[in-house]
Amino acid sequence: MSNQDKKKKVLSRRDFLKTIGVAGVATTGLSACVGGGKDGTLTVSAGEIPTDRMTYRTNPTSGDKVSLLGFGMMRLPSVGGRSAREGNEEIDQEMVNELVDYAIAHGVNYFDTSPAYCRGKSERATGIALSRHPRDKYFIATKLSNFSPATWSREASIAMYRNSLKELQVDYLDYLLLHGVGMGGGMEEFENRYMKNGILDFLLEEREAGRIRNLGFSYHGDVRVFDYLLSRHDEYKWDFVQIQLNYLDWKYAKQINPMNTDAEYLYGELEKRGIPAVIMEPLLGGRLSNVPSTIVARLKQREPEMSVASWAFRFAGSLPGVHTVLSGMTRMEHLQNNLRTYALLKPLTEDDFKFLQDTATQMMQFNTIPCNDCKYCMPCPYGLDIPAILLHYNKCLNEGNIPDSTQDENYRKARQAFLVGYDRSVPKLRQASRCIGCNQCSVHCPQRINIPKELHRIDAYVERLKQEIG
Amino acid sequence: MLRKIRLILAVLFFIAVTALFLDFTGTIHAWLGWTAKVQFLPALLAMNAGVVVALVLLTLLVGRVYCSVICPLGVFQDIVSWISGRRKKKRYRFDYSPEKKWLRYGVLGLFIIALVAGIDSFVALLAPYSSYGRIASNLFAPVYRLGNNLLAYFAERADSYAFYETEVWMKSLPTFIIAAITFVVLVILAWRNGRTYCNTICPVGTVLGFFSRFSLFRPVLDAEKCKNCSLCSRRCKAACIDYKNHRIDYSRCVACMDCIDTCKHGAIGFRMRKKTLDEQAEKSAIHKDDKNQIDNARRSFLTATAVVATTAALKAQEKKVDGGLAIIEDKKILVRATPIVPPGAWSARHFAQHCTACQLCVSACPNNVLRPSTDLQKLMQPEMSYERGYCRPECTRCSDVCPAGAIRPIAIEEKSSTRIGHAVWIKKNCIPLTDGVECGNCARHCPSGAILMVPSDNDDMNSVRIPVVNAERCIGCGACENLCPARPFSAIYVEGHPVHSVM
Repeated sequence: MSNQDKKKKVLSRRDFLKTIGVAGVATTGLSACVGGGKDGTLTVSAGEIPTDRMTYRTNPTSGDKVSLLGFGMMRLPSVGGRSAREGNEEIDQEMVNELVDYAIAHGVNYFDTSPAYCRGKSERATGIALSRHPRDKYFIATKLSNFSPATWSREASIAMYRNSLKELQVDYLDYLLLHGVGMGGGMEEFENRYMKNGILDFLLEEREAGRIRNLGFSYHGDVRVFDYLLSRHDEYKWDFVQIQLNYLDWKYAKQINPMNTDAEYLYGELEKRGIPAVIMEPLLGGRLSNVPSTIVARLKQREPEMSVASWAFRFAGSLPGVHTVLSGMTRMEHLQNNLRTYALLKPLTEDDFKFLQDTATQMMQFNTIPCNDCKYCMPCPYGLDIPAILLHYNKCLNEGNIPDSTQDENYRKARQAFLVGYDRSVPKLRQASRCIGCNQCSVHCPQRINIPKELHRIDAYVERLKQEIG
Repeated sequence: MLRKIRLILAVLFFIAVTALFLDFTGTIHAWLGWTAKVQFLPALLAMNAGVVVALVLLTLLVGRVYCSVICPLGVFQDIVSWISGRRKKKRYRFDYSPEKKWLRYGVLGLFIIALVAGIDSFVALLAPYSSYGRIASNLFAPVYRLGNNLLAYFAERADSYAFYETEVWMKSLPTFIIAAITFVVLVILAWRNGRTYCNTICPVGTVLGFFSRFSLFRPVLDAEKCKNCSLCSRRCKAACIDYKNHRIDYSRCVACMDCIDTCKHGAIGFRMRKKTLDEQAEKSAIHKDDKNQIDNARRSFLTATAVVATTAALKAQEKKVDGGLAIIEDKKILVRATPIVPPGAWSARHFAQHCTACQLCVSACPNNVLRPSTDLQKLMQPEMSYERGYCRPECTRCSDVCPAGAIRPIAIEEKSSTRIGHAVWIKKNCIPLTDGVECGNCARHCPSGAILMVPSDNDDMNSVRIPVVNAERCIGCGACENLCPARPFSAIYVEGHPVHSVM
């Protein structure tokens, strides 16, 4: 099937807006019931965050009422770290508990983790935080991860699954996902990982037995795997599918990287089959909140009191087929900001939608590297801090500190900002100059960035800056 | 008045020279670099005839003003002595003592012998400017840098790029210990007796003292006005005023003018001497020739057979979970058969002959390449090593700052075509062979394109590629060694050239 054909099947923009309209009505109606109908006061002013206004979506198969804001446990805070998520620091369990308590108090009930997150420590931290609450107050989603071929055998996979139950301190899982299908070796890797060892059959049995209430998969990369799994929906009866969706990837995912697929297509395929979509990377790891100043001005001009990030969350949340939108909230501010957006969602209007698509078009002019700081590439065996390097580069791009030539007006200032900031963000021994190009990282990148190529490009740029004192 | 002028100039000079050792940004050198270049011994070793003649003439004109104003070690002692004098009843704590000729000239003799024989560590140990340089770079600079790092810490939080963090590290333990001992000894001597060091040990002091005996202007004690109150003697930190005989030992007088202000009877004045200078000028010329006669054939370098120890290279860890940082082992300092000296040094011999081990280049090196040698023969003289950084192509900082002509000024283009060493490949450390992955980080960063990647198996063009060095193009900058992923010993390292060559 060619891409052209696929595109035809995707719902047109008009359809999208129609569905948005319906979703808007539905959520407003729902909130009216929940919130006691306060004369349609939809915007919540900064400061107070209502505890009773969370927007919920209902799972068609299980009837679960899931909060539109899902808590992603991949970006958990760590102790003493500057970015709250430093290299080898331990998870700040106290902070995790605080965040989880706050989230639950404000109506969040979906928590998404994996055996691989946070150097393999996320599940335990999640289990500790959640076990302090009644089991019927939350839904747990975890995954059968696939980073190392050593975990691909049937025995190792089952052991991983059982360990998840143990770490999470539960006897059943609400949501289980085949982790990142389509990554690395594409179709072949998928078959080796989940089919040939009979693991998918095992999971189907577990669902039958009620220990897995919902079975789905998260998808990145090779679209053939996505299409294949959906083509067998009648057989597997996917309860949900997790995809990457945001206003930049809606129409530009393929343009950013030809190996990726536009979210518009992915969402359309799910919607057609009535499969609830769980959304990951609604904010692209912060890239849609930390945007160039011109974009900030543009968004703020339209809605001065709304955060930049809220646009991204409203975009994902406005789609009616979206079950929940995951956000990896490292800090309380993140959580509060997202609660403000979803404690009474203000759905996008037709105009808003067009506005965001135009915004995406403008953002495409900045050649930021599509790194979302998921750290799947880490640890680099040669000690590099890959995401920190890419993020620093993006930050400088956004701030206009990537001078083209020594003739640039602000060359000296931009050069100082780039080089000094580089040493601050990345220790010297973990900088791009240390990349040997072994390429062990790229296969793990959900965004399919050619990491060594980007690192070598940045290194060459740094070298140029160092030599051209200007 | 004269004293005040002296004080102001001395403080300015002292701050300027100290700033040279503290500044790591390279900005101050452009303005104040000359304050290091007018130091006597460095100028002598740099064969900077202009400066040496000017200093000698200055001394012949007004005495040892050099020791009171220009020499940072002298001013440093004055500061210590001044603090000591501010204690109760310690203002007039000095006393006249006769000159210790045997010690002064004995030390000077040894110094000249060491200089000629090429016992550089001894020369460096006695040279006053070098002693101060060591104190400043080993004791003051780390404090200054830590202070800077504190500012950088706050700047980072304020999102300002005005300050950036610098590395503070122990560059050489022996040099640090020597600097610390020099510091302690000098503080004790100056605290108790003022200029003891300058008038008994310092070879520059002895040489200039020789000239200052004949200086045109000098403090003169007028016997007729003198009431033998002894105040001047007790105030003289050089212990050179014999008030009983109304004589001043001009070889030890550092022309500080303290006595002039001290005398309540106006008996001491800074006046012109009456004798002609012909005789002295002749003598000084002879002496200078003496000093300039530096033996060219000084020494052959001890070429120690270095054992390049190797251990298992860092094994790539298998990735199972996301996040985290691999632990990075420190690179170990390896023993090089031939030490590497910076571009501009021309040759190891030229370098050793001129370097006074003042540590100015070590302080200035922004890439953490230069550090004092621990080899006894040239203890404290800098040498290069690449565990912490490499000699970056855009930098000529050491050649800009060297006051002694050990590292001659070199242009960037000239530097990038000067071979100071050559890279040597160590097969058993090389990552493509130990880990089976593509690497080529050395080739990618070689500024002169001297490293090529070739298949490791001659019969298999697709085999993993390894670096080979085109020694003709290699300049020995150490980018390959520093950026090699093999740890703790790199799979490629630089061996120095005793004599540099130009491509």
